[in-house]
Amino acid sequence: MSGKTSEQKIKFYQKGTFTVGNRLVDEARRSVQGSMERSNAITSGHRACQGCGEALGARYALDAAMRATGGQIIAVNATGCLEVFTTPYPETSWQVPWLHSLFGNAAAVASGVAAAMRVKGREQVRVVAQGGDGGTTDIGFGCLSGMFERNDDVLYICYDNEAYMNTGVQRSSATPPTARTATTPAAGPKPGNVFGTGKNLPLIAMAHNIPYVATASVAHLHDLERKVEKAMAIRGARYIHVFVPCPLGWGSASHDTIRLARLASECGLFPLFEAEHGEITGSIAIRRKVPVEDYLKPQKRFAHLFKDGDGIERIARLQRMADANIKRFDLQRDAKEAPL
Amino acid sequence: MSQQHPDVPFAVTLDVGSSLANLTGTWRTERPVYVDRLPPCNHACPAGENIQAWLAYAEEGDYEAAWREAMRDNPLPAIMGRACYHPCEGACNRSPLDDAVNIHAVERFLGDQAIEKGWVPAAGAAPTGKKVLVIGAGPSGLSAAYHLRRLGHAVTIREAGPVPGGMMRFGIPAYRLPREIVQAEIDRILAMGVDLDLNHKVEDIQAEMKDGGFDACFLAIGAHLAKRVDIPTPDAGKILDAIGVLREMDTSENPPLLGRRVVVYGGGNTAIDMARTAKRLGAEEAIIVYRRTREMMPAHDFEVEEALAEGVILNWLTTIKEIDDSGSFVVEKMALNDEGWPEPTGEFDTIEADSLVLALGQNVDTGFIAKVPGVEIDKDGVIQVGPDMMTGFEGLFAGGDMVPSERTITVAVGHGKKAARHIDAWLGGARHEPPPRHELAGMDKLNTWYYADAPKAVQPALDVVRRQTSFDEIHRGLDETNALYEARRCLSCGNCFECDNCYGVCPDNSVIKLGPGKRFEFNYDYCKGCGICAAECPCGAIEMVPENI
Repeated sequence: MSGKTSEQKIKFYQKGTFTVGNRLVDEARRSVQGSMERSNAITSGHRACQGCGEALGARYALDAAMRATGGQIIAVNATGCLEVFTTPYPETSWQVPWLHSLFGNAAAVASGVAAAMRVKGREQVRVVAQGGDGGTTDIGFGCLSGMFERNDDVLYICYDNEAYMNTGVQRSSATPPTARTATTPAAGPKPGNVFGTGKNLPLIAMAHNIPYVATASVAHLHDLERKVEKAMAIRGARYIHVFVPCPLGWGSASHDTIRLARLASECGLFPLFEAEHGEITGSIAIRRKVPVEDYLKPQKRFAHLFKDGDGIERIARLQRMADANIKRFDLQRDAKEAPL
Repeated sequence: MSQQHPDVPFAVTLDVGSSLANLTGTWRTERPVYVDRLPPCNHACPAGENIQAWLAYAEEGDYEAAWREAMRDNPLPAIMGRACYHPCEGACNRSPLDDAVNIHAVERFLGDQAIEKGWVPAAGAAPTGKKVLVIGAGPSGLSAAYHLRRLGHAVTIREAGPVPGGMMRFGIPAYRLPREIVQAEIDRILAMGVDLDLNHKVEDIQAEMKDGGFDACFLAIGAHLAKRVDIPTPDAGKILDAIGVLREMDTSENPPLLGRRVVVYGGGNTAIDMARTAKRLGAEEAIIVYRRTREMMPAHDFEVEEALAEGVILNWLTTIKEIDDSGSFVVEKMALNDEGWPEPTGEFDTIEADSLVLALGQNVDTGFIAKVPGVEIDKDGVIQVGPDMMTGFEGLFAGGDMVPSERTITVAVGHGKKAARHIDAWLGGARHEPPPRHELAGMDKLNTWYYADAPKAVQPALDVVRRQTSFDEIHRGLDETNALYEARRCLSCGNCFECDNCYGVCPDNSVIKLGPGKRFEFNYDYCKGCGICAAECPCGAIEMVPENI
């Protein structure tokens, strides 16, 4: 892999290097989320569950996009948790111009908004489309692929919590193998979601040769903010896939949201990488390698894997998926300290 | 919030409102609360230093503020940074991550900066008109004098010897603690207006207190009488005691003559200091004989290692029976019994040596103290004191090596501080009540993911050859770059260092950032109690508390 992620070096090892804020670095290099002036694109009072990863991921991403554009953005939302919990009539949590149409057409609506801005001569106003994994990988996939292939000037962000959570935890094409959902119960000879199904949308986006594709995680704020800012500096179709744990759908403790996102990347199941024009340009190395069990065990949707030892083979298969990611995205090199 | 429009259907009649109207705090079953916990370094420090606080100043490059913070508890940071056995580092939560923070090296750097820059302690309290007599100018007496002076009392130190410093001068060799450093820190205390009478051996405490008009007395004469064992020998001149030899090193023009082969008897730090000193005086062989095992030696392991590296020979599970007519040392092999104690085996051997130095510990010279009514001396020959450091005689306090405790400089300094606070309260007719301690910030309270790995800045050591032949200080100090680096390795266990994690990770924007130095507040109107802030706080400064529902 050529041209590793251009991470800035810091001068000293510091306490709290990986925290949200780090008062020992220059003001300009501190995170948006550590700033007293952050825009809070989603304000308090929204109805997301306790410990919602999506509420957090969306605020991280949009606050970063707002800083990058001086607040000149319009957000378009697909149907999904994010839409429902932020806008129960007649309230809204959005502190940014925000538009919702249908479940499947967010990418098309965003393309239209961008076209309108271009026609009005207001190209400084940028468009961000967002949806959950259902609205992105299943229902909105056709519109999204069209947006990519036309290279429309939109950043599409998918908040991936690996199932349709809002409607009661049904399987999506982003649900991982073995995960229990309402439609893939932990029963029968192959409990949970089956192996060999689903799609990897970041790789599909890359196949469209669009200028920028990245994966990000709520557990790696600095990386997420950097990727959003980088995306906002580019014109054309861009795609960021953010990993957002869901305590309700995953059966995990609300305080474990960030920990689980961290473990997903540290075990290799959710690799953090970025690509430009179809070529991978960088990845975040694993700092503290863990086996997939560490990630799976705290989640009730994987509990059946740990019953009576009959999940051993399936766990091993998940481990092989993680190992394949580690190899493919070069995740186990000397971890760079201090990724700011 | 919203208003009804009578002429349009209900579904489109409400004006847009903000979700701020929805107080999600009502969902909560647990609430996050900011707490301060006790860092393990502070907890372990016998001098009660707020180590974490001064490391925080040092980390920002404000060395003078860091030094002043350290000086609140310890008036001898340059000395302590060298001679303290740093139990703080043994307790440091950073150890299992990579290496403990090199606390003593940063303290030493601060102490050296203060001497170089001529920083002086801030003015103390207004004069109280009270007079306190301190007997003994060792670390404990000097510490008490410093703290009493800062509290506004007039202090006079009376010292039996010709120079102040006590064991800092007579017990610790110069290669570990250069004498100009000792002098500089003592001078700084004296310059605060502490009177020092040298060569003044106190024989009658009550009389001296009465004649001098002293309102209280702090007794800290240390333990200077070498313990001896009876070893039959045709030439008693061959047997010396380590404390005497080490003292002579500092007070006499001519170094003591020990010969080419020196045997040191004992297993404590003094034995190690003695063997290493013998090496430096030109002994070809310095052999430590100890009756128990290497593991059971009371000496600190790093000192044993340094001594071995310098060529000191260690003979454990061995006792010395006699020196025979030909001058050979007859030694007996020992073996551990089932209870783990050494027992004689009846197996004898001989060692050829020119002198024997006993390093078997020291006793307190209690003769003149026993005369004071009410003072209790226990069977080990040390003075009994209460939790307030007061002896059985009202107004007479004692500390340091002469009271039951671990005999280190740091414990002595801690005693001096503690006694000063109790003396101050007692002089004012009150009792000093130390504030309640916070809960300990153990490793289980931390989320160490957020700290970058960083190995301890290695203190450059002089090479072994040079160490063996000179009394130059072995360890050099940190320079500014690595002192800063080292201070920044502190994890700030248990106390918020404003990393913004809680502020950033809250999905409900329920953490209010109050600005630099002011920390954070929770907005319980919206906090749903998910607990992410507590789980992701690197230093364990947030606690989840159940709500009363």
